[in-house]
Amino acid sequence: MNIVVCIKQVPDAKDVRLDPETNTLSRDGVKSVINPYDRHAMEEGVRLKEEFGGRVTVVSMGPPQAKAILQEAISCGADDAILVSDRAFAGSDTLATTYTLSQAIKKTGGVDLVLCGKQATDGDTAQVGPGLAVRLDMAYVTCVKKINTVTDKVVVLERMMDDGYDEVEVDLPALLTVVKEVNTPRFPSIRGLRKARAYDIPSYTAADIGADPAQLGLGGSPTQVVRVWPPEPKGNRTMLEGSVDEIAEKLAEIFHESSIG
Amino acid sequence: MDHFLSEDQQAIVDLAKQISREMVIPKRVHYDETEEYPLDIVETLAKSDFFALFVPEEYGGLGGGCYDIVLALEQIGYGCVGIATAYAASALGAYPIIIGGSEELKQKYLPKVATGELRAAFGLTESNAGSDAGGIQTTAVLDGDEWVLNGTKQWITNGGQAHIYTIIAITDPHKGARGASMFIVEADDPGFSCGPKEKKMGIRCSATTELIMKDCRIPKDRLVGRRGTGFITVMKTLDKSRPGIASLGVGLAQAALDEAASYAKVRHQFGKPIIAFQAVQHMLADMAIETESARTLLYAAARHIDAHPKDMSKVSAMCKVKATDVAMKVAIDAVQVLAGYGFMREYPVEKMMRDAKILQIYEGTNQIQRNVIGQELNKEYTK
Repeated sequence: MNIVVCIKQVPDAKDVRLDPETNTLSRDGVKSVINPYDRHAMEEGVRLKEEFGGRVTVVSMGPPQAKAILQEAISCGADDAILVSDRAFAGSDTLATTYTLSQAIKKTGGVDLVLCGKQATDGDTAQVGPGLAVRLDMAYVTCVKKINTVTDKVVVLERMMDDGYDEVEVDLPALLTVVKEVNTPRFPSIRGLRKARAYDIPSYTAADIGADPAQLGLGGSPTQVVRVWPPEPKGNRTMLEGSVDEIAEKLAEIFHESSIG
Repeated sequence: MDHFLSEDQQAIVDLAKQISREMVIPKRVHYDETEEYPLDIVETLAKSDFFALFVPEEYGGLGGGCYDIVLALEQIGYGCVGIATAYAASALGAYPIIIGGSEELKQKYLPKVATGELRAAFGLTESNAGSDAGGIQTTAVLDGDEWVLNGTKQWITNGGQAHIYTIIAITDPHKGARGASMFIVEADDPGFSCGPKEKKMGIRCSATTELIMKDCRIPKDRLVGRRGTGFITVMKTLDKSRPGIASLGVGLAQAALDEAASYAKVRHQFGKPIIAFQAVQHMLADMAIETESARTLLYAAARHIDAHPKDMSKVSAMCKVKATDVAMKVAIDAVQVLAGYGFMREYPVEKMMRDAKILQIYEGTNQIQRNVIGQELNKEYTK
């Protein structure tokens, strides 16, 4: 089974700063890491390979620095890694990103299963997984919390819902986006680190993936970010003090008065 | 201090440090208080190839040298000497096979030790045989195609957690030092059992039990090396393992120094952080001097051992004594710097002080190490 895992380099959430003028994420001097959800997708790919056989290829679209996360993926058990990198990709929204990634994935040959994190912690759109599935003409399931079995035809899994979970059987090829409950990502291994040091990560350009220039980057992105601003604080805050019983009583009064209760 | 590690060694250090910081440190209080065996961490170390590190390449390992192993253990010991002991005990238990085992025994056991599927333990100490290994009373008698072992080993690390035990037993009582032989006993061999887990001052999560052999029958081919070579295998095993204990000492000393110095920066008395007082500064300075001296000797010893594997007894004993005596001293001083808080279990230094003590005792007390060094000197100056 050929498994492709899409991963993205994002600023470390522990170290996030906003540019005070543009209100966009400031990436200068901020440590870059693998998007935390993608780390779970990567682990699931490697776990499935170990249990059911196959090969795991990790793909990332990003600047040349993104090779670092691909190397990390190799050290954690991925077989191959591909960077998709070209100045023409700059300014891509999720539509252009899914186009670019789908072209790169098609170039890797037959793929049975594509795994993505449910969303990236920088943009938080959760659109790339489903969008990519449409581009690749695959079924998709989002927010997967457990993969039970994989055969050469289907995957049986559990999809996280607000009030429990759905059990889903989906035909292959398919794309799944995973939540963090799906597994505990492993640490690298010494062998993996040695392999990663020796691994020369190929870098695909727009021409390499046979992409239509009109669908790439800023030009291929209908999304226009008009303004970014921090949300205004709403309402007043009241701290209640006293014993648990006293606080509960005051709270009930407030609810009653404000007709919530 | 820059020790000019190779790229590969630095990668081993970084990975061991990552596991130590992200997994060992957050869980060490739990394991100290519950005294549970840290199976999840041991399995994580196995998955990340730390068991393969000490197994030769031809048996599925990475064939790491003494220096590589020492670097890894230092970082794990930095997090918790108890958890590091639970890991390192498998190396100690496997060394007799690596040193003296037949090709068949190596092929049978070592690939599974390398993956962590089999954990090992080393059975030397008995109630009347510790520093004086000559007092061993466990016997092994050949009965047809089987050896029959009888006796009790004491304070065996990984007891009850290991799958294979390398055990020294007397095969020819009248032959003195040449009368002992090394065997591999499997956990489910008939007549073999482990006693209850001992209650210890420190390294509480590492399992320490008696090993009881009552007419324990094992196949004839589980003899490690030739009959009568058991003591030599023991001595070579301990020579090889002692730098590992030294690295736990260096890791612990560094952790205690880090805790003490960080605390001294934030603890204010008389309107200043206590690190501004010379009395505290001098204590920290001595801790730093001693820790780096121990580390430098350890790394030099490890390089020497990798280059001259037949000449390791003296340097191996020297780095063990130095690093573990330093660990004890630095841990005591760290508790002193943290004073009242240091005495509380809320802070990690009291555990470090409890854990440090065993380093001066196990795998040969520091007094026995000095005997080894003294005897080597005696030989050198006779030439």
